[in-house]
Amino acid sequence: MAPLSDVTETDDQPLALPGDGLREGIVDDLRRRIGDALIDSHISPNDDLWIRVETGAWRQTAEALKAAGFTFFSFLSGLDWLPSPYGKGEEDPTAEPVEPDTEIRQGVTGGATRFQVFARLVDLDRHVGVTIKADVPDEPFAVDSWTTVFAGANWHERETHEMFGIGFNGHPDLRNMYLPTDFEGYPLRKDFPLLSRMIKPWPGIVDVEPMPEQGTAGEGSASDEPDAARGESAADDEPAGEQS
Amino acid sequence: MTTLSDRQQLSYIASQAADARLNVELETEGMTLNIGPQHPATHGTLRIICRLDGEQVVWAEPSCGYMHRGYEKLTEVRTFPQVTTLVNRIDWLGSFANEVPFILAAEKLMEIEAPPRAQVIRTILFELSRIANVSLFLGDLGVQMGAITPVFLAFRDREYVLNLIEGATGGRFHPNFDRIGGLKDDLPKGWIDETRQVMVKLREFCDIIEDLLFGNEIFQSRMRGIGIIPADVAKDYGLSGANLRASGVDHDLRRDQQLPMAWDKADWKVWTHPDGDSWARCWVRLQETRESCKIVEQLLDQIPAGPIMTKVPRIIKVPAGEAWVSTENPLGEMGYYVVSKGDLGPFRVKIRSASFNNISIVPWALKGVYVPDIITILASLYFILGDIDR
Repeated sequence: MAPLSDVTETDDQPLALPGDGLREGIVDDLRRRIGDALIDSHISPNDDLWIRVETGAWRQTAEALKAAGFTFFSFLSGLDWLPSPYGKGEEDPTAEPVEPDTEIRQGVTGGATRFQVFARLVDLDRHVGVTIKADVPDEPFAVDSWTTVFAGANWHERETHEMFGIGFNGHPDLRNMYLPTDFEGYPLRKDFPLLSRMIKPWPGIVDVEPMPEQGTAGEGSASDEPDAARGESAADDEPAGEQS
Repeated sequence: MTTLSDRQQLSYIASQAADARLNVELETEGMTLNIGPQHPATHGTLRIICRLDGEQVVWAEPSCGYMHRGYEKLTEVRTFPQVTTLVNRIDWLGSFANEVPFILAAEKLMEIEAPPRAQVIRTILFELSRIANVSLFLGDLGVQMGAITPVFLAFRDREYVLNLIEGATGGRFHPNFDRIGGLKDDLPKGWIDETRQVMVKLREFCDIIEDLLFGNEIFQSRMRGIGIIPADVAKDYGLSGANLRASGVDHDLRRDQQLPMAWDKADWKVWTHPDGDSWARCWVRLQETRESCKIVEQLLDQIPAGPIMTKVPRIIKVPAGEAWVSTENPLGEMGYYVVSKGDLGPFRVKIRSASFNNISIVPWALKGVYVPDIITILASLYFILGDIDR
């Protein structure tokens, strides 16, 4: 058996900053490996790289990237592109409620479905990372598991399943990590309400005063108005307090 | 690709053997050992369920979630400047370091940069929170093996660093000091001199710990050759920080990526260790504390004059886009994937915390080890509960 090594130190010079050519090369290399399954890519020069692949090629992409040197698994999670129907709970309670936005707009590299899975892999030799995205169709609401490629994906997929409800084919054990087993709903979905915010509005709202120049020119009414606004919002809060 | 040493192959074989025993000898008298949620060796409320065969662990599973606070959901109902208050509490021993990557991600989307003075002060505070965090780890390490003295030293000397952080930011544990576009305040008078003196004390602390612990025969026999994690397994599980470097992977985000921070202005080293055992992980952290002292001392001499805040609007709206920024935090790679839709607050924030990945290797790492080694392996992996559960 080899003896335990002595203490060593490394004093490598930092590598030159990877440029566009590097990231374009990565995309070309991946296209050679997985073909048309690579739908779209986006390069932010000298900064970052995004790619989007077919849902069916999700695991194949991980294998291809791992073979291409992206051996470090950083994270895996989900995205819900539905705008929250509840807003941020910070709107002025006295104002007219605005019509909630329901249009689904995907981010960088686009997409076709409300839910997406995304993950990040890093090449530790070239010090370059890539964010991989894939659509999750409604039926079946699942993608292939990465656990056979990156063992660390196990917990991340469990968390994603728990928070978004996305299934992972071939995952050994999709138990909940945080929530009770009989918990209903998927907390990180946008249509899952944040109950504490529903019951009691953000306390910052109470302090909101209208800007002085918004009042009428008369000085007497300007001094009255903040009090009136405060009284009104306090009255709005009371029924909410009773519910809780 | 690294080749496996004999020692690493032996650890593979041991884990395979443990698997085989579990499959073949299910009829034997097994025992289930429950560690936590309140065991002192668990650094909080982590629970680990181990199935034992005699003195050997055949199966182990950490049970998380006793401290899940739902930060990813909460960020969606906060404005960008309010999020730092939340993320402060992820790794509570090195709070300032949690704020930095999020602020950098927001700045990246807004296409602004903090002025040079703010960048240097940010880096100094970042390294101070690393020293505060890791010095407690070094002291706590002894307690896991019954050595009481180091932890008192650690609490005493960490207090000097916390006083510095409190002096500069006003918050001992939760500074909430980083702002989009710079910092909240400039440094107080006399702070730089005081920091120099404290760095001398912290270097002494490292020397004492090295004598007391790392030179101790019991410590060595409990740590060397125990809990070996080969480099390829570490990468598969996404281990980061000192855990990854202790497996021989030369990767440090402070050096290997370009960020508007000041690490490249100082002369320092990235330490790695080829063994990948518990001892290597602790040793790399000890060296990193010294390097942090070195970085802080050098940067104190080169704080440029100028403003600490760039011009930002009073109400901050971050342009639509997606940004990923990660930094080398005390526990490892901490990153935020921020999606903005052009509103006052983020649309979605994925928080990649180091301990979540670092602890996901526990079922693999504990397979086949003896019961007393559970504690030292967990201690050397070094996790913080808030950083696992978020």
